[in-house]
Amino acid sequence: MSQNTNKIMAWIDDRLPVTQTYEKHMSKYYAPKNFNFWYFFGVLSMLMLVNQILTGIWLTMQFTPSAEAAFASVEYIMRDVEWGWLIRYMHSTGATFFFIAVYLHMMRAILYGSYQKPRELIWIFGMLIYLALMAEAFMGYVLPWGQMSYWGAQVIISLFSVMPYGDLLTEWIRGDFLISGATLNRFFALHVVAVPLVIVALVVMHLLALHEVGSNNPDGVDIKKHKDENGKPLDGIPFHPYYTVHDLVGIVVFLMVFCTVLFFFPEGNGFMLEYANFEPANGLKTPEHIAPVWYFGAFYAILRAVPDKLLGVIAMGAAIAVLFVLPWLDRSPVRSWRYKGIVSRIYIVIFGFNFALLTWLGTQPATELLTLIAQIASVIYFGYFAFLPLAPKFEKTKPVPERVTGGH
Amino acid sequence: MKLGMKKIFALVAAFVPAVALAAGGNVHLDEHRTDLHDTASLQRGAQTFANYCMGCHSMEHARYNRVAKDLEIPEELMMENLVFADKKFGDRMTIAMDQVDSKRWFGATPPDLTLVARVRRPDWLYTYLRSFYEDDSRPWGVNNVVFKDVGMPHVLAELQGNQVLGTALVEEGFDTLTGQPIMVEKEHVLYIEEEGTLSADEYDKLVYDLVNFMVYMAEPIAVERERLGWWVLLFLAILFVPVYFLNKEFWRDIK
Amino acid sequence: MSQDGVNKARRTLLVGATAGVGAVGAGFLAVPFVKSWMPSEKAKAAGAPAKIDVSKVEPGAMVTAEWRGKPVYVARRTEDMLNTLEGLADRLKDPENANKAQQPEYADNLYRSRKPELIVLLGVCTHLGCAPKYVPEVQPQPFDPNWQGGWFCPCHGSRFDLSGRVYGGSPASDNLIVPAYMFESENVVVVGVDEENA
Repeated sequence: MSQNTNKIMAWIDDRLPVTQTYEKHMSKYYAPKNFNFWYFFGVLSMLMLVNQILTGIWLTMQFTPSAEAAFASVEYIMRDVEWGWLIRYMHSTGATFFFIAVYLHMMRAILYGSYQKPRELIWIFGMLIYLALMAEAFMGYVLPWGQMSYWGAQVIISLFSVMPYGDLLTEWIRGDFLISGATLNRFFALHVVAVPLVIVALVVMHLLALHEVGSNNPDGVDIKKHKDENGKPLDGIPFHPYYTVHDLVGIVVFLMVFCTVLFFFPEGNGFMLEYANFEPANGLKTPEHIAPVWYFGAFYAILRAVPDKLLGVIAMGAAIAVLFVLPWLDRSPVRSWRYKGIVSRIYIVIFGFNFALLTWLGTQPATELLTLIAQIASVIYFGYFAFLPLAPKFEKTKPVPERVTGGH
Repeated sequence: MKLGMKKIFALVAAFVPAVALAAGGNVHLDEHRTDLHDTASLQRGAQTFANYCMGCHSMEHARYNRVAKDLEIPEELMMENLVFADKKFGDRMTIAMDQVDSKRWFGATPPDLTLVARVRRPDWLYTYLRSFYEDDSRPWGVNNVVFKDVGMPHVLAELQGNQVLGTALVEEGFDTLTGQPIMVEKEHVLYIEEEGTLSADEYDKLVYDLVNFMVYMAEPIAVERERLGWWVLLFLAILFVPVYFLNKEFWRDIK
Repeated sequence: MSQDGVNKARRTLLVGATAGVGAVGAGFLAVPFVKSWMPSEKAKAAGAPAKIDVSKVEPGAMVTAEWRGKPVYVARRTEDMLNTLEGLADRLKDPENANKAQQPEYADNLYRSRKPELIVLLGVCTHLGCAPKYVPEVQPQPFDPNWQGGWFCPCHGSRFDLSGRVYGGSPASDNLIVPAYMFESENVVVVGVDEENA
């Protein structure tokens, strides 16, 4: 049996480099042996991508993308299609957990300086994936054509009016003089076909760029500096089988949390499936409180914190744009926060909690007090990026070890 | 105040919706202890809905046969009591009222209610249906503390009785010396001026059942969803065992 | 990294256990996706049995109803019409209902029905699916000089007798289908279910 398998593989390998690719990216890809909890979220993000694509395809089989029928077709899926309710909840819960994984994945990069040279391009691809994901999630939420779908689209698309030729631009995006079925239909095409293709392509580039330079690790140490006589990094281990089995544990635990939310709190207390969205879209009736789904909260909070519409949009854009240039802002000679000065370490922690606070603020009504807090939080957010290039000037870093610490 | 103190006290002492209007603030909502396992309650709620609400409000996303199955109502009974006109057992629960007409009569088309429990939430519905009060300035003679200037008449008025919003004596605590309840005069209190066919207790129960039913209708799969959830978590717990030890076993190799 | 003292047996067991439980999980996960393709409640409601009131059907007349998107013919045959059936055997392709798939057991007879006078047929020509026309009059027709009454399909000329049995020389090869049906009462026919399979 094994001999025949070898013969078949040889035939294939002569024509398509299957074994070679498998070895390069799995069984002979040497990853640092000291990965910790923060290193699960890349594979968990991929798991969620697969989930969204699979459940998304199945939803497309039953969903009707017209303004007249969309809302009813979602209820049709929930009630009349066998197991439709489960596929729908897997998709809506999946969106939330996709962002949870992505945010924690990005936090890992911030903690350990994974965006620093030579991994800048991996970070850029990652940021592009993040942007595409936000567009994907936004358009996806419009599809059920509930009150929040409609009015959320109304608010976000109207932001484009601050740009030059703003009115023409917003009309072009909407395909109509107001948010309508034209908008819904094109968002459907983009959400189901175009953006997923873009995301998958970007993920491939992201992984190729990663495997080209090799993975970072919690100590920020370059494991390629110390190799054995066979050229294998001393602190590296083959991704397969060691990290495949390791990731399985992470996946099962993640699924436990995912399934708990899916089966017991699918609405997420109104943070995932907003209550107003169970009412069909009505262009003549604005909901009391228009809030984005939680994962857009931070940028929405920053937008609202600035009292001027144009400046608010610029601030929101800047908040995302500044992330792109993170590799060039962080001039620290060490990668990992483990070896940075105490001020940097404290600020990183504050940054994380501050982002969470901003996220929550974005979902709340803009009262005077909450707006003030959002303004302070926005300053703290941007402050971090201003702080980064300055920190090395006054901070003393700790000596970075030659070999990785921790691991097993 | 027109009525005798005694009568007001008797009516207000118990089970009045604890509706206190803060100055321009939010209305306090009474808690609805939803119980989707109480099939009898769901059945009563379905009956109330069919008799009082379905004249104007459709539940167009739901089908009769599904409701009958989930609420354990036999087909014949369902068709007799809850299905009107020439609707078939497998049809969706739409109504005959013309939308143009209803808009004319009520100012707004009575909305479909299949999902209202997910939009407004049970506490709101429970409080709303018990918070109508007399208001001659309104077209139907009623207003609602929870939904100001609502366009809906108080369909359940014959059951609840005539409720009024005004000043009344409300029980607040006990005098420790005499053991007697302390009566405080409060403004903006709802109280029943004229009793309906149901006592306050019975009316609350009817509304409780009705809201229970509406919560069920908003997401009929809820009970099954949770039931399955336990099995899925159990499976994942079982899966965790070999996965954990598999990982541990391979990582023995790593020093 | 050390490979010494690797307990191969334990590894194989654990890999097997993980793969096994994992495969079971994958199986469970597949169920909703596969089952969601089954007809939805909407399809089932539309495909539900059709009730037909036959009280107003005159002797010799036919009514057309609909079931699962297909025409259903219910014809009330007179004594004379029934008498034509006996002597047609050598003109028909399947006079004895040899193809059992075309009718339920209770219609496996000369009249191809539960009650002789009422016949229930799917108005779908067994050739390529057109709706055959009802031609009950026993008189010469352009398509058959010796016409004994029945159905004629205008698309490609298939002919069926008053029991829906296909004539030789027709492009169609099977008798018209008798769907499952039952009498809910004297005058109400329900197409799509029968007591035998209710």
